[in-house]
Amino acid sequence: MRFAVPVFPGSNCDEDCAKAVREILDRPVDLVWHKDGNLDAYDAIILPGGFSYGDYLRTGALARFSPVMEAVAKAADKGKLVLGICNGFQVLLESGLLPGAMRVNDHLKFRCSIQTLRVENNQSPFTGLYQAGEEIQLPIAHGEGNYYCDQETLDKLEVQGQIIFRYSGQNPNGSVAGIAGIVNRRGNVLGLMPHPERAIYDWMGSSDGARMFQSMLRYWEGMHGAA
Amino acid sequence: MVQPEQQTTAVHVVERVTDQEPTPTQIRDGELFQEVGLNHEEYQQITKHLGRLPNWTELGIYSVMWSEHCSYKNSKPLLKRFPVEGPQVLQGPGEGAGAIDIGDGQAVVFKIESHNHPTAVEPFQGAATGVGGIIRDVFSMGARPVALLNSLRFGPLSNSRVRYLFEHAVAGIAHYGNVIGIPTVGGEVDFDDSYEGNPLVNAMCVGVLSHDELQKGVAKGVGNPVIYVGASTGRDGIHGATFASEELGEDAEEKRPSVQAGDPFMEKLLLEACIELVKKGILIGIQDMGAAGLTCSSAEMASKGETGMELDLDQVPQRETGMTPYEILLSESQERMLLVVEDGREAEVQEVLDKWELPSAVVGRVTNDNRYRIRHQGRWVADIPVQTLVDDAPVVYRTGKEPEAYRQNAGIRVDQPSVDIHPGEALNQVLASSNVASKRWVYEQYDHMVRTSTAVRPGSDAAVVVLDGLDKALAMCTDGNGRYVYLDPQEGGAAAVAEAARNVVCSGARPLGITDCLNFGSPEKPEVFWQLEGAVDGMSEACRQLETPVVGGNVSLYNESKGTIHPTPVVGMVGLVESRQHITTQAFKEEGDLIYLLGETFAELGGSELQLILDGKVSGRPPKIDLQREKKLHQVILTAIQKGWVRSAHDCSSGGLAVTLAESSFDHELGARVEIETALDATTYLFSETQSRAVLSIPQEYADAFQRLMEEEAVPCAKIGEVSGSCLTVEVNGQQVIDAPVKELKSIWEGAIPCAMNASSTN
Amino acid sequence: MYKAIITVRLKPSVLDPQGSAVKGSLHSLGYSAVQDVRVGKTMEVWLEATDSQEAEAQVDAMCRKLLANPVIEDYEFHLEKGA
Repeated sequence: MRFAVPVFPGSNCDEDCAKAVREILDRPVDLVWHKDGNLDAYDAIILPGGFSYGDYLRTGALARFSPVMEAVAKAADKGKLVLGICNGFQVLLESGLLPGAMRVNDHLKFRCSIQTLRVENNQSPFTGLYQAGEEIQLPIAHGEGNYYCDQETLDKLEVQGQIIFRYSGQNPNGSVAGIAGIVNRRGNVLGLMPHPERAIYDWMGSSDGARMFQSMLRYWEGMHGAA
Repeated sequence: MVQPEQQTTAVHVVERVTDQEPTPTQIRDGELFQEVGLNHEEYQQITKHLGRLPNWTELGIYSVMWSEHCSYKNSKPLLKRFPVEGPQVLQGPGEGAGAIDIGDGQAVVFKIESHNHPTAVEPFQGAATGVGGIIRDVFSMGARPVALLNSLRFGPLSNSRVRYLFEHAVAGIAHYGNVIGIPTVGGEVDFDDSYEGNPLVNAMCVGVLSHDELQKGVAKGVGNPVIYVGASTGRDGIHGATFASEELGEDAEEKRPSVQAGDPFMEKLLLEACIELVKKGILIGIQDMGAAGLTCSSAEMASKGETGMELDLDQVPQRETGMTPYEILLSESQERMLLVVEDGREAEVQEVLDKWELPSAVVGRVTNDNRYRIRHQGRWVADIPVQTLVDDAPVVYRTGKEPEAYRQNAGIRVDQPSVDIHPGEALNQVLASSNVASKRWVYEQYDHMVRTSTAVRPGSDAAVVVLDGLDKALAMCTDGNGRYVYLDPQEGGAAAVAEAARNVVCSGARPLGITDCLNFGSPEKPEVFWQLEGAVDGMSEACRQLETPVVGGNVSLYNESKGTIHPTPVVGMVGLVESRQHITTQAFKEEGDLIYLLGETFAELGGSELQLILDGKVSGRPPKIDLQREKKLHQVILTAIQKGWVRSAHDCSSGGLAVTLAESSFDHELGARVEIETALDATTYLFSETQSRAVLSIPQEYADAFQRLMEEEAVPCAKIGEVSGSCLTVEVNGQQVIDAPVKELKSIWEGAIPCAMNASSTN
Repeated sequence: MYKAIITVRLKPSVLDPQGSAVKGSLHSLGYSAVQDVRVGKTMEVWLEATDSQEAEAQVDAMCRKLLANPVIEDYEFHLEKGA
């Protein structure tokens, strides 16, 4: 299973994501410059956190027009796994690969802390190794993680099991229905504000993020045989 | 390569660039040099150096190069007293940042710098650009920045203007670090009336490199191109260096145009491009355009290279039209770097810069005649001997005078509280003081986890950052206590270094070296100069004894608005953790672990948090420091940690033993039962801030071995209790004086700052 | 040459935390008459176009495609004819 981590100008979690794939999965991973419009050689794509284009205009708004995003859309269409973390989630929202939009945190400040999340759906390719309803610890670090969608969309997300993670206890940003991460209808594109790559060893404060990467690998091996 | 012929004849320099500029004679006759901060004597020197009257552009160049900020003219004689050498030092003061060997061919690069005055007028941008500047200092050395820290001083949070400054300065620091993706892992914040009109914002950056990647800010090789890269030049920040070297007057806010705006996105691109150029080995010299902009970087590079330089200002990327040479040279626009590369390799450099979509231009050439020459629209507008700008900058020898308050303080008793207060009540009050209270409100705004290397996050004694591919880690912290230094500069200066080292040791690291930021008032006041001198001496002695050389730093004088700030030297310390297994935090971790207090406790409440709370000000003498005892303490703590005996270690500082115990219990909400025998009264004992002490928790099975080590090394060591339950109980001489649920204490400690900040923004 | 002055703000149905904060501050400054505050952004775009109709069509497309996010934001603009 080959991973690609697209790098936009201003991405800053690209290396962290690659490191997580290498150290937790021991699978090949490449950083791909955003001008590269071809991701055919990869089985999974991780859109990393950071401040692509300085978050100017709106978070993720400028990155979505990078050539690599056409390739990401194509990969999603083919059913490949796409994981958008933090700024990666914001890019997925702006590009329409996931529904909704992001607003400034309701308390107006950047917030970096380890949060408790509830796994709402463990049937997705990204959460197979979690228990349904399990509470896990993942760090957040964002100023704009206040997820918004209208009531109709929210109803759909709920009914179709697209809400994968919710903040448990305190909602750190004011997001609608405590949403921390959602998938598309097909289930192969996940966007979440928390950072699984920052929680892969106990010394980081939590190792609960490791299973997200392991779930992806297990899902892929289930589809393709252990190659 | 053919050497261009030595240019012996001076070029013709224009008298003025525009009709608006004064002519050289007008400058002389109208004494206009005073407007740019130069005095008569300095003006005379300039005239002598040039052999003619300087024009306005040249005057501007001298004024910034000879400002305190660039030349350290007031502090240079004192800075020479710092120990700057050691077997581990790869680069001492004089470059963008210092570098220390950490083994395995790797080195740590770090520096701290102030951005006090810009923050006072525009807190968000002032603080943000301070962070941006210090990051550039570190990556201009060739290092990959891995962590940021800061040290902040503000007036009391009861003042609405202070809350405004504090909130926006923190947001600015957060913004820059978060966007560029370097974790802000530690720091300190202190509040005191003396900083009300003149807050302090000191930012520190730590980077890592391989020895062979170490860069210098030199211009060498005649004919080599000088390349400008980064943001284009505007009129922002002109005379920032001079502004930083003046007192903040009533008109400070009107000087707002002096404050620059930062673009961390641009800096991220600049950082990646420069690191790529370093890895390719193309660079001969690289230097940040920081204070005094293009002028300072280019002149210093030529001076250090013992060469000369010619710049053509028409090539400088500009974002405003009609800029004069004076403005282009002195602009402090942010996110700019100056490179010198080998002639003929421009295209290779261009390729990298293009990938990162960075504006760049060849703006000059290295020459061999020690002249600093500037061209603008086909005319020469400056021609100056390079050394006169840097090496021959004037030095002011000042003498200090012991302040009256220091003499008066000698007679003030500090061996007991001025007011009778029960220890339990004292603990509640001290924990609620904004100085001691949790700084979570601050550090939650900083991304302290990006780069996934932060092993000890903010809130413990020192932060710890692991190194990729190595078992080693770096511990780092900032420390300084302006109240101690105010009461006794020498003791306070030494204590700042000692406490920083102690913090690093408690995290499991061997202290390597320091960077310092000397925040003081006007050196023209003999009492302030006396403080500066005493503090430098105290710090120097501590650095010598603890074997932590000073590898770089910054001086910020003229911190005055309505009065002089407390003299505030801030120490940035870096230590090396040999193995990740040694990483230690301050938090109690297991019930039943034994609690030991290392070091002796004396009745020393001078300058303490308790004194400040009870009296509303500090007085007397601060705690004394015995550096030999301090060093011994570090050795035994490190040995015990390396042997695997130590579950937690926390140094005693602000608030004394009582606060140390409380803070150790907060993380896991694990309480402690403590029993103390002492000849002092309970409140004095628990809140005294005697130096060279630490609280360790040790698993029972190692207790004997641990105690033996302390006996062998003759370090005073008392078993004072054990980790237990969910309450903190303290008995002194058989009498229970503190008994409080940890949760309750923690909520006081965590609630103080958010509560103060939520107060109405308009008092 | 035309100059388009574009205002982008959150839709009325979307909570505007910045607006709420500004409202709170105005109230504490004594402006108790303030009923509501919405914070938005203004952009100025200079463009070449043969006539104002063409300019309008272009700016409208820009807004829909990039300058505003239709999920949460509304936009409006007016054109000025420049030199």
